[in-house]
Amino acid sequence: MLKISDLVKRYGSGDPVLKNLDLTIEGESVVSIIGSSGAGKSTLLRCINRLVEPTSGSINLNGTELTSLRGKNLRAARRKIGMVFQGFNLVDRLTVMENVQSGRLGYISTWSAVTRRYPKEDIRRAFELMERVGIAQYANTRADQLSGGERQRVGVVRALMQDPDILLADEPTASLDPKTSEQIMGLLRDLAGELKLPVLINIHNVTEAKEYTDRIVGMRYGRIIFDDVPAQLDQEAMDQIYAGSPHADRAKDGAAA
Amino acid sequence: MTTLAKKFGRDDWTRFTLRQRMTRYAVIFGCALAIAWALTSIEVIWAWVWGAPEQIGDLFGRMYPPDPSNLETILKVLWDTVNIATFATTFAVLLSLPVAYIAAQNTTPNRATLWLGRLILVTSRSVNTIIWALLFVAIFGPGVVAGILAIMFRSIGFVGKLLGEAIEEIDKRPVEALEATGASRFKVIAYAIVPQVMPTFWAVSILRWDINLRESTVLGLVGAGGIGIILQGAIDTFNWPEVATILIAIIVLVIIGEIISAFLRRRIL
Repeated sequence: MLKISDLVKRYGSGDPVLKNLDLTIEGESVVSIIGSSGAGKSTLLRCINRLVEPTSGSINLNGTELTSLRGKNLRAARRKIGMVFQGFNLVDRLTVMENVQSGRLGYISTWSAVTRRYPKEDIRRAFELMERVGIAQYANTRADQLSGGERQRVGVVRALMQDPDILLADEPTASLDPKTSEQIMGLLRDLAGELKLPVLINIHNVTEAKEYTDRIVGMRYGRIIFDDVPAQLDQEAMDQIYAGSPHADRAKDGAAA
Repeated sequence: MTTLAKKFGRDDWTRFTLRQRMTRYAVIFGCALAIAWALTSIEVIWAWVWGAPEQIGDLFGRMYPPDPSNLETILKVLWDTVNIATFATTFAVLLSLPVAYIAAQNTTPNRATLWLGRLILVTSRSVNTIIWALLFVAIFGPGVVAGILAIMFRSIGFVGKLLGEAIEEIDKRPVEALEATGASRFKVIAYAIVPQVMPTFWAVSILRWDINLRESTVLGLVGAGGIGIILQGAIDTFNWPEVATILIAIIVLVIIGEIISAFLRRRIL
């Protein structure tokens, strides 16, 4: 279970990007976070695995308080949090297998990492997952030879290789064409079910959010203003989430204060 | 169409205002003045300049035909030269790796190491190979060791600087992704940074070897080993036919070096 409470993130001395945010993800649900650019979706996701340092508040994953972890303990916690990125973030000059195995870097010894002698178990698991998402034939292909959809599949497999307790996806389909985008969303949903894995997805495409996820969280200007099943997301809620601009919100907040 | 053009059309656009144009003319005039002044203030003995063609002809006359009687020694020393360049490049490339690592803003451990790295690069690069050679000949005495060290010291700055810049210009997104998997700093470097700088690493190493090959041919002039020593000897004794042989040998060597490095570049990159 992921439990975020009273989370604040402030860059520099400006307005907080996340304002006393509370969010709980239970069980193996697929949750999407929607909201206009600048609402703080990406920052929220990155606070969870500490790619972004939260200013204050608490993030608790299955009993581990993540916000106070440092060094070795932080790395150990990150192993259990998979992340899929908008730009795939693969190492282009490495093969697909090397990219996939880089999801195991937190587990294997430095020597096996550098010499590329991966544990048999990891190789078997990699082939299983690659077979599952349909990229097994590319094991020896360089990552930059693949198409966008295939590259994102590599990204997904890399994250799953971590044997994560939760999967974060930061706009995983924003760089893909509509058809491929739906395939990846379907894949994320199916894998979440098969692996009993909670998935948290930032997404701009509301139609996809409604179709592929169990729960929608609407963010606006650092706050959660909608949190319910997709069916409850009506036009009024949509207008609230997407109306105005971060700039206008800032002005209003300033006037109120 | 015509009405639109009439309504909004203006045809008086110029890239520079009159004032800007005048400033530009003034700068060009100033540069020309500076060059003219420099030319008049250095003491050129024009008679010698005009006599140059005659001297060139004379020198060629004395060099021809090249004297190959010492060819064996020349080739042996030439081989020394190649070795100086190759050893020095290898050591320099290895030593420049940690320097590049601490001199790149995104990998250096802290501010102090960043400045240390930059200090090493600047020191190495601001001193010419020949000056390094003079220094090392004074310390280690004349010979190949001084030559290797001189080339090495100059190369560390060159390779380190270019590698450091390559590290700074990498795509940071894979680094972020691997940090998110819980990989240690060293593994992130090995998987996300090293593959990205590999092409630059090879290109810079080959280029520096190519440059070092040329530089090591003149090291002998200050006693730091290589072909330069016998070249100087031949010039000092007015043995012009042998000078010609040595010069031809150097040119052939440089061309071969060029061919090898072009071949390697094509194979590796």
